[in-house]
Amino acid sequence: MKAPLLRRGLVALLLAAFTAPALAATQLTGAGSTFDYPLFSKAFYAYNQQHSDLTVNFQPIGSGGGIEQFTQGTVDFGATDVPMNADELKRAAKPVIQVPVALGGEAITYNLPGVGSNLRFTRQLLADIFIGKVTNWNDKSIAKLNPKVKFPNLPIIVVHRSDGSGTTYIFTDFLSSVSSAWKSKVGTGKSVQWPAASSVGGKGNEGVAGQVRNSPGAIGYVELAYALENHMDMALLQNRAGKFLACTMDTVRAAAATKANVSATNFSIVDRAGANAYPIAGYSWVVIYKGTANKAHARQLHDILEWLVGPQGQSIAGSLKYVPLPGNVQATAKKALSEMVL
Amino acid sequence: MILSLRKRAERAHRNDRVFLGIVYGSAGTFVLLILALLVQLILGSWQSIRTFGFAFLWTSQWNPVTSQFGALPLIFGTVVSSFIAILLAGIVGILAAAFLSDFAPREIARPLSFIIELLAAVPSVVYGLWGLFVLAPLMRVAIGPFLQHVLGWSPLFSGPIYGVGLLTAGIILALMILPTVTAISRDVIAAIPQDLREASMALGATKWETMRRVVLPAAKTGIFGALILALGRAVGETIAATMVIGNRPEIAASLFAPSYTLASVIANEFTEATTDVYLSALLELGLLLFIVSFIINALARLMMWTVFRGR
Repeated sequence: MKAPLLRRGLVALLLAAFTAPALAATQLTGAGSTFDYPLFSKAFYAYNQQHSDLTVNFQPIGSGGGIEQFTQGTVDFGATDVPMNADELKRAAKPVIQVPVALGGEAITYNLPGVGSNLRFTRQLLADIFIGKVTNWNDKSIAKLNPKVKFPNLPIIVVHRSDGSGTTYIFTDFLSSVSSAWKSKVGTGKSVQWPAASSVGGKGNEGVAGQVRNSPGAIGYVELAYALENHMDMALLQNRAGKFLACTMDTVRAAAATKANVSATNFSIVDRAGANAYPIAGYSWVVIYKGTANKAHARQLHDILEWLVGPQGQSIAGSLKYVPLPGNVQATAKKALSEMVL
Repeated sequence: MILSLRKRAERAHRNDRVFLGIVYGSAGTFVLLILALLVQLILGSWQSIRTFGFAFLWTSQWNPVTSQFGALPLIFGTVVSSFIAILLAGIVGILAAAFLSDFAPREIARPLSFIIELLAAVPSVVYGLWGLFVLAPLMRVAIGPFLQHVLGWSPLFSGPIYGVGLLTAGIILALMILPTVTAISRDVIAAIPQDLREASMALGATKWETMRRVVLPAAKTGIFGALILALGRAVGETIAATMVIGNRPEIAASLFAPSYTLASVIANEFTEATTDVYLSALLELGLLLFIVSFIINALARLMMWTVFRGR
């Protein structure tokens, strides 16, 4: 008969609708840094292939937005390029654990027609260019470092990020540590007031790269991953040990390895002492609450983050041109995670 | 069911009231939404208003590190780029509209109108990309040097040419608002009664003279409305502007210099603004943008009333 079949079908459907959530996967949410987005996207998907009961939804709304949502409690974890400072921690009210999960370096790229890659710069020279003291490529200080190169009479155009970004933070952190003039005049920040008279802002790494590519005489800073993917001309930067280094996975990793006990209060790895340490590098961080009400969620969050900072997660990072965390930093990250109340 | 005459009248009356209620309610909701937006903007920017006061409007600093904010260079960039856009789009758009409605043969006019209206469907990001990869190099290599050669004596066209800058942004914005200006102007011009044109030509005027002295003046109000609509869009345009304007909060005399617009700053820095005063300053910029658009429209309405009084 038709009616009982329909009724049975309806009951089955309702039962399925009400029991399905109990059998469904857990979903964790996170928000924050756009720098982390490619890594999280690929890594969390890979984790889900192995552990089908957990999916993670990450929204790359920017570090500021991530911290805000994390503080409001609308997401399980936040991702930020600069760790939460004292004011932000106070606003979060509950104890927060901050874990370094990704590592990146910054390459200096330039556009000089007729001159190839691997121009040499000292840290002081870079600061002088960006502060506006050195304004032309035929300046003696540049020629002194690159005697075999013939420089044209071409004004230097400084290209920087127009959007607030962790990349700018790391770069200005570097400039502040190598130049006291920069530190007092400009300072460190995700967005700063760029002093060079001839400067232009580009939106995102693509904006800076595009601007440099299209302007003869331009010089700018981009994420290593971006520079590698786009085969851009990069400069050799002298580090504290006196070596001229290219920005590569190895040199950035060497810089990170010099500070094993990196923490949210001591996170800067620019201008490190180390033979192979590239001067401009920095971490990206995940912020989580020490104790949460939902113990099952806490356990799963702990496990996936531990997987992320471990060899498997970091090999995925390497495949995406992030620099894998050195072994000692992986250990520090795991130790921070172990403080979670599970 | 057969209702008595009286019942039917009562029902009609009630339906009328319901309908009036819905109509007034819709209009009222709209006004309420605008007011709510204004109130929310003011609340959000209150800290910045308290910290900087009116000096925010004429200070030339934008320093997130020391938390010193001033909107003057941003207002300058917004106003100048929009002005250039309206100038270019106005001239080309009105002439194109005149051509499409009166001078073009029907076989050309229809597909051409269609194509121009299609321009409006192009997303602004695409305009920005085109501007960044095609127009900016062109400006740096060809257009800029040419203008500097011819008009270099004027401070407007002096200084280094970066490719990106106020002029490039103005041109991109002009392209974006051109379809609006052309489409509305064409409709307005086409709506002018044929009698006027025939009368003018009967008096011996040529087609161009008719257009210039009879038709366009008659269409003044509508064309002005089209320009204002377009200006509103140019002032608020974010992505296309930020990709080609150079993003430098500084006031310079040269049109080749990089600049910054209110909308661009908000789009660029909002997601990473972590301090309260920074966020508040950005929201105050949003409030400013809101007020600037409001003032532009109000001024235009006022001008229309005084110029076309009695119509």
